[in-house]
Amino acid sequence: MKIVIIDYGAGNIQSIKFAIERLGYTAILSRDADEIKSANKVIFPGVGEASSAMRMLKSAGLDKVIPALEQPVLGICLGMQLMCTYCEEGDTEGLGIFHARVVKFSNQLKVPQIGWNRIHDLKSDLFKGISEGEFVYLVHSYYVKECEETIASTEYGVEYTSGIQKDNFYGLQFHPEKSSDAGEKILENFLKV
Amino acid sequence: MLTKRIIPCLDIKDGRTVKGVNFIDLRDAGDPVELAEIYARSGADELVFLDISATEEKRKTLANLVRRVAEKVNIPFTVGGGISSVEDVDILLKNGADKVSINSSAVKRPELINELAAKFGSQCITVAIDAKQIKGQWMVHLVGGKVPTELNLFEWAKEVQERGAGEILFTSMNNDGTKAGFANEALAVLSSKLNIPIIASGGAGNMQHFTDTFIKGKADAALAASVFHFKEIEIKDLKEELRRNGVEVRL
Repeated sequence: MKIVIIDYGAGNIQSIKFAIERLGYTAILSRDADEIKSANKVIFPGVGEASSAMRMLKSAGLDKVIPALEQPVLGICLGMQLMCTYCEEGDTEGLGIFHARVVKFSNQLKVPQIGWNRIHDLKSDLFKGISEGEFVYLVHSYYVKECEETIASTEYGVEYTSGIQKDNFYGLQFHPEKSSDAGEKILENFLKV
Repeated sequence: MLTKRIIPCLDIKDGRTVKGVNFIDLRDAGDPVELAEIYARSGADELVFLDISATEEKRKTLANLVRRVAEKVNIPFTVGGGISSVEDVDILLKNGADKVSINSSAVKRPELINELAAKFGSQCITVAIDAKQIKGQWMVHLVGGKVPTELNLFEWAKEVQERGAGEILFTSMNNDGTKAGFANEALAVLSSKLNIPIIASGGAGNMQHFTDTFIKGKADAALAASVFHFKEIEIKDLKEELRRNGVEVRL
């Protein structure tokens, strides 16, 4: 199986590669459109600021490539947020794959949310073998509002989308590569989709 | 609900784990990667590696260690110690660190916080602040608490937040190494003045100290070293105790 992690300059992608290797697979880091298109599974990571990440994506020409992919694609953290219609952060137009908006947490809360929180209302094969209320690791200041495509929710001041799916596109707000054994199981489920 | 975090801190010198008692004496507590794996399995929520070596080879040795940890460990970890440039941070993040912690370099050149937040995002920038209470005033100190500055803890913490830090790791030099509990009064003030997470550090001696720092000190996370390294407190027991005391934890 060919797994490509999109390497467009945003974030800690080494950890995702290592997590995939711990599961017994190998992954390639690439920003090459042909390499990405020929993968069986594509992982779209990202941490950092939305508008600059989108600029990097555009300068690599990947804003057109990603939405046209037909194989399973997993957006993680900012990757998932950029797959939505609009991100409040940096007033950023997203890729429009998921029909949801990304907005900032209330300033009544500690922001960023950093740490372990629960996922519930799990609605996808991605969560096969995962218990309702399982703990995952999250680091973020903006969140995806709940919508029809939500497949997992988390509570932090509001109920928001921590997992989302539309057709072959999946998104996780949390970091499966950093969410201990449960995270590795979710990553493995994606690789087996 | 977001849970409170328990963070073992591993002091690293030349690729080995050490623990400073009052930041002066050093005792060996094992291989960092092995220790990290044990902690990840035993329920630690995060790890902090603090590099205290001062050799020419430091940068390369640390990058190698970070890579070895990232390969093996499936929980987040922060790396700190002597980080003073965008380039330093880039190397550590590229090798698999999730966050970096800066301390003296931020005091010397506060713009570094802005630069790092802009380039890598606030979420991976922790600013560590060592402070000591002198005549009722909490003053920021450098070099493991040895060098006093003119900065007031609360004013500096506010500035650090405004410049884009994602969280603050506050070590009380009055409490560090005493095993008499965390500096909960100062922590509670920090927590009320800021809206980024605060990690409490310095003074952990027993399980009640952790309950106190989460409830009285309003800390978001608690960091400790020797009580974990020398198995005086097992993380699983600690978390069960915290849950009994009404503190939300991951178990």
